[in-house]
Amino acid sequence: MTAAANTTAHSIVEASPRVKTVAGALVIIYAVVAILPLLWIAVTAFKSQSDAIAYPPKVIFQPTLEGYVNLFTVRTRQTPDFIAGLPPATTWYDKLVRKHDMVIAGPSKVVPRFINSLVIGFGSTFLAVLLGTLAAYAFSRFRIPLADDLLFFILSTRMMPPVAVAIPIYLMYRQLNLTDTWTGMILLYTAVNVSLAVWLLKGFIDEIPREYEEAALVDGYTRLQALRKVVLPQAVTGIAATAIFCLIFSWNEYAFAVLLTSGDAQTMPPFIPFIIGEGGQDWPAVAAATTLFVIPIVLFTILLRKHLLRGITFGAVRK
Amino acid sequence: MTAIIHPDASVDRIGQTTPRVARRGRGLSDRGIAWLFVTPTIALLLAINIFPLIWMIRLSFTSLNLSMSYLPLRFVGLDNYADILSDEDLWVRLQTTAQFVISTVVLEMLIGFGLALLINRQFRSHSFWTTIILLPMMLSPAVVGNFWTLLFQPQIGPFNYVISLFTGIPPSSFSMTGEVALAPWTIVLVDTWMWAPYVMLICLAGLRSIPDYIYEAAEVDRASSWRQFWSITLPMALPFLMLAVLFRAIENFKMFDMVNLLTSGGPGSTTELVSITLKRAAFEKWRTGYSSALAIILFVTVFGAANIYVKALNRVKQR
Repeated sequence: MTAAANTTAHSIVEASPRVKTVAGALVIIYAVVAILPLLWIAVTAFKSQSDAIAYPPKVIFQPTLEGYVNLFTVRTRQTPDFIAGLPPATTWYDKLVRKHDMVIAGPSKVVPRFINSLVIGFGSTFLAVLLGTLAAYAFSRFRIPLADDLLFFILSTRMMPPVAVAIPIYLMYRQLNLTDTWTGMILLYTAVNVSLAVWLLKGFIDEIPREYEEAALVDGYTRLQALRKVVLPQAVTGIAATAIFCLIFSWNEYAFAVLLTSGDAQTMPPFIPFIIGEGGQDWPAVAAATTLFVIPIVLFTILLRKHLLRGITFGAVRK
Repeated sequence: MTAIIHPDASVDRIGQTTPRVARRGRGLSDRGIAWLFVTPTIALLLAINIFPLIWMIRLSFTSLNLSMSYLPLRFVGLDNYADILSDEDLWVRLQTTAQFVISTVVLEMLIGFGLALLINRQFRSHSFWTTIILLPMMLSPAVVGNFWTLLFQPQIGPFNYVISLFTGIPPSSFSMTGEVALAPWTIVLVDTWMWAPYVMLICLAGLRSIPDYIYEAAEVDRASSWRQFWSITLPMALPFLMLAVLFRAIENFKMFDMVNLLTSGGPGSTTELVSITLKRAAFEKWRTGYSSALAIILFVTVFGAANIYVKALNRVKQR
């Protein structure tokens, strides 16, 4: 009796074990195939230059940290006699480089570029979330004339192709001396992110019952106190999720970065493809940079799992 | 009873009807706060989006060329627009873009919806594998485009090697990014790899929004699972599917970063999407007047198409 009831229940809401196994197997095959390109890159970072460009492509090889060393240093080629005349290498990376008749000439630009990514990413995220929280609170709690039109206007700024936006921004920044500066990039990314922040945060704040604040107002709190002590603590998860989405956008952005920066304020995405060794792209170094660049995103994806859907649909779909 | 009415009444009194006088001594009025909170966001968007847009509209009527900016600014009326609309090459670029958008959206919908149906079977460890599948869409499109060029290298890249394992075609006999016949499909392939998970996530939300009792009722009526799919699953998930199509179509119409790094429009101009044409006109040929006009045409196209589509979407939702 129970067994029979169970089978029927399975066929309706829950799939039968066999269907589940087949579905699971197909999904796992897809996931494994889809993740292979990423694994290949992570593995290439540990190949030597010659293993990285071997034909046929090598799956088994002697791992080395050359890629990472090349990523962080600038090297010059020297004659073996010159290297023999140098004082003995003191560090492991000096030894590694000298094996290839090279000498480390100094640090590469990867660290400043990484710092640019961090400063511009966190700066624009902070501003976008700050402005976005205030605006979202106002849209959620007060009657604002033409609120729907304003909200749509805020969203529509996201529909323009970035290259199209970059044309007038480029001219404007040239006049204001903002090209290739942290300030310029932070302002631009804030403007792009604020639309996402307003839409997402309005959704999160809408879900906080008004009664909490109203009770606080009755107790003699001012609106601002009620916002700070009642609404914000309730919205913390939403604000954090929104911040991570803004950070990911700034971190990954390429079109504005490549068109509006050339050196001082260049972020990682336009920098990575141009990590050059002798004779073209230095693939192990590029792969090392890609790996380091992607790791934070992987962690954030795992952290954000619950809110991912909301973030990618501008809050249009909530679970 | 009074406890319920009281806070509401007090908020109404404070919020909407009483002017500033009544609130003096308790900080800003609600209307004051509302404007104070919304203004910074609107001001930033006006400065970074709207002002440049208006400037760009003005420039689109001029013959400004930044590589010859010593020439006086000359107004040419609608000449730029006439040039663009009668330019046959540009129509070819728009066709390339349309083909890219349509092929990616169709493939991503099929794969994404298929994966969502499988994952919705809730097999064991499905949430772990879902997270793995979601990783590609969180990455920087530029970095993705860059590392796929390594994977697609005819001899040293693993992609051709895997293809040759399955088909026996020599790996060095074809180049995914270098051949006129293959390159348009290569960009579709990478975009699908990256964004099918996005569609999957939205579809999954759609499937989970369908209440179980509907399937139970269908089961009682002995509807086949094929019938259930066509008359329950698909129509009820349709608003979600349409939303996914909308987001993917807009994003891919704007596509620049991934394709710019993967093929940079080549070979020849077989993968030159309209954003790449725009970038070349604006930032390589420096034809600012012409490219402003093109940017505005693109923006109007996206905006118009999105508006019509959203109306259709709302009709489906209401049904």
